[in-house]
Amino acid sequence: MITMQVNGAAHEVDAEDGMPLLWVLRDVLNFTGTKFGCGVGACGACTVLIDGVATRSCSFPVALAAGKDIKTIEGLAQGDTLHKVQQAWIDAQAPQCGYCQSGQIMAAVALLQEKPQPTDEEIDAAMTNICRCGAYAQIRAAIHAAAKA
Amino acid sequence: MRKFALPFTLLRKPKGIVMGKITRRLMIFGGVAAAGGGLAIGYGLLPYETIDRARKIGGKDGETMLAAWVRIGTDNSVTVIVPHSEMGQGVHTSLPMMLAEELDADWSLVRMEQAPPDMAFANSGLARGYLRGDASIPSWLSGTADFGFRKIAESMNLQLTGGSTSVRFTGVDGMRRTGAAARAMLVKAAAMKWGVGEDTIDAKLSRLTHKASGRSATYGELASAAAGMSVPADLPLKSKKDYTIVGTPIRRFDIPSKVNGSTKYGIDVRVPNMSFATIASSPSFGGSLKSLDEKPALAMRGVKKVVKLPFGFAVVADNTWRAKEAMMALKPVWDDGPNGALTSASIYAAMDAALDKGELSEDHAVGDVDGALKQAKTVVEASYRVPYLAHATMEVMNCTAHFDAGKLTIWGGFQDGLSARVKAAAAAGLPVEAVTLHHTTMGGGFGRRGNTTDYLNKAIAVAKEVDGPVQVVWTREEDITQDFYRHASVARMKAALDDKGRVVAWLHTFTDKFDPPEAITVNYDFPNRAARYAPSINPIPWGPWRSVDHTQHGFFIETFMDELAKAAGKDPFEFRRSHLTGAPRHKAVLELAASMAGWGSALPEGRARGISMREAFGTIVAQVAEVSLAADGRARVHKVWSAVDPGEVINPATFKAQIQGGAIYGLTAALYGNITIDKGRVVQQNFNDYDMVRMADAPEHEVQVIESGARTGGAGEPGTAPIAAAVGNALFALTGQRQRVLPFVAGKSSVTQTEPAGTGYAQAG
Repeated sequence: MITMQVNGAAHEVDAEDGMPLLWVLRDVLNFTGTKFGCGVGACGACTVLIDGVATRSCSFPVALAAGKDIKTIEGLAQGDTLHKVQQAWIDAQAPQCGYCQSGQIMAAVALLQEKPQPTDEEIDAAMTNICRCGAYAQIRAAIHAAAKA
Repeated sequence: MRKFALPFTLLRKPKGIVMGKITRRLMIFGGVAAAGGGLAIGYGLLPYETIDRARKIGGKDGETMLAAWVRIGTDNSVTVIVPHSEMGQGVHTSLPMMLAEELDADWSLVRMEQAPPDMAFANSGLARGYLRGDASIPSWLSGTADFGFRKIAESMNLQLTGGSTSVRFTGVDGMRRTGAAARAMLVKAAAMKWGVGEDTIDAKLSRLTHKASGRSATYGELASAAAGMSVPADLPLKSKKDYTIVGTPIRRFDIPSKVNGSTKYGIDVRVPNMSFATIASSPSFGGSLKSLDEKPALAMRGVKKVVKLPFGFAVVADNTWRAKEAMMALKPVWDDGPNGALTSASIYAAMDAALDKGELSEDHAVGDVDGALKQAKTVVEASYRVPYLAHATMEVMNCTAHFDAGKLTIWGGFQDGLSARVKAAAAAGLPVEAVTLHHTTMGGGFGRRGNTTDYLNKAIAVAKEVDGPVQVVWTREEDITQDFYRHASVARMKAALDDKGRVVAWLHTFTDKFDPPEAITVNYDFPNRAARYAPSINPIPWGPWRSVDHTQHGFFIETFMDELAKAAGKDPFEFRRSHLTGAPRHKAVLELAASMAGWGSALPEGRARGISMREAFGTIVAQVAEVSLAADGRARVHKVWSAVDPGEVINPATFKAQIQGGAIYGLTAALYGNITIDKGRVVQQNFNDYDMVRMADAPEHEVQVIESGARTGGAGEPGTAPIAAAVGNALFALTGQRQRVLPFVAGKSSVTQTEPAGTGYAQAG
């Protein structure tokens, strides 16, 4: 049994040590907001925060999550109050198909924790998630707006 | 009142049908449901029973179904029922905007519901109208669907989302007229109730008012009465100057649930007692599963079953990862079938051979191109090539299916929900009525989830062998290697210039023509021009890919235009501009793009601009790209300026995002996209070897719109068509190296690294 905190609640999971955190979240704990995109850590759709660090959960064995504090897209808002990054995403009308956006938002949250006023270059370096709809301009604008919020 | 360029048969009353005496068989737009009805209008020429069915499915307690696509509740809410799928293009918001505009609804009361995949909601009336009338089916309708084209004719059904048709077709012809009709019926109901003239009633913000008497009622209060009213057949639509909703950047309905993780895509479907499966199909196209020892998988934790299929196998388990691990543990023996020796090189060689052979079909011809080429002193020739491309939607292919007591239930995302249901029934061997299809939001479509429903068929094949619901999720590797691809193509361009540097002949020869037919046409005023093509038979499955044939022809045509400008000694912008006699919309768009980009002004050292223009899906886009070479020699696109004339814009925020996103999709093809074939199979597997434009690659992109008032064009696809040529032409301006093959590599045409000299692709400009 592996015990971890997900969005503030303790969960006990019976899974193989090597099972990626992504699939524990999606198929065992039913947090389907975190998405499968590639399975090899190349696209970022599965990004969650582990002890505050943006992590690609498709390539993160669940055993390493034991005792950690996991935050997924479902745990970002405080009750009815959206996280400032989520609100900025709405204000910028950033998502198109939306599938990559959970990962994009989690990556942006981590970026703003580390660099509260990121430059475009810092955004380029930190935001390596793929958006196939090509919503990068809106995502960039939303990050700048969230930095000011 | 807006005028429509295309004949619109539906607006005419068919002979023998008098308004107010509608037969049970046909309802014309604006007609009245007579006996036993209460329902008022249907959209298009719908059989009476179809409208009745639409009411039963879409109608809810306490709400009156006013039209096929609008419901007004007693709480004064307006629910617009949208027959198209949302895949990020914003159509679930833009279509209700069009209806609400004509209805004069209070936008804060407007809701959206996706129509169930039932033919009552399909655009059968429209398709029928086009087929019956003197207009042929508009060519762009066949845009993403060779299938769709035929099926329209066969079944008169149309619920397809693709070819940028939603706003252009459902919106302009359907939503607007439905909204106007519903408004007129509400006005009639109010006039009757208050005993006053219709022309004294004011309808605004979901409220009807009679000023003189001070009487007033909400739409909701009069909805039931309105449902019994008749409406005139030809309703005027609003002028642009009176718009209060259309043309404003209204926030999309689908976004809030996309920022908190609650939107359910197909892959997020969770139903009781479900299993999860992954699937492996023969890597070689046309191959099959020869043998498989399933025991190693069955010994693994959570594995329930291994399903052997003619084309491959699936592993069913209690979660997706265990299914995938067990699948990877197996060692299938494949029969590669007839294509095991196929390579990209052999495919390209066959394409060149097909063109060399000279047995060409004529696509179109104006004047005498061969004669003009023979007489000309200056003839310019160049060969071009583009590779196969996968769609790589962020949500991998997946579908959930459940057979239970002779019935089939499907959950998944489809660009054409209606035909998906019909196809599911066919694949399952069941009547359509036995199939229930739950339509989910799509994590990207781009044509992949259109007419090609292989992922549906495969899920059905697995579900037949499984007790309970099963979700079949493809790995990304399966998604990349089992796609329906944008086809590879070779083009040979030939043109003649007169002594003033004007094009007097244009001959565009290429391999393989799909859709839309007009993707091969040019809008330049060449007196003699023709396009000819040869089929190149190969087994790589074709599918529509964002902007379809415009992707390659935009690159061929607009790169060759640059080559001709060079040969004529003219500036690429001025050269194009001078060939746009009789095309004022194109000229205006081209001039705006040049002006936005400061065409001709000085640039920093190491940068250059390129220009390009295409009309695609009714929208004209001119783009200027400013590029440099990065330290590793790759093209770096700093900025793109797009001038766009889509006729009119419904939602400017969504429209701009679509043009920008379309350009990113095309830029990925220009910089990275290269699906290659070896041993009859796709070489690339995942994003590590089939890479995408990411944030750091994404240029700043300024978009300006010209609303010329022409018939509304598409938004989703036109931005993709011109970008590769704009970037390639900029690279030529920068390096002197002409870009004739996609993708561009290291600032040089990739062909210089892989092709022998003298093939024609690699000549210096």
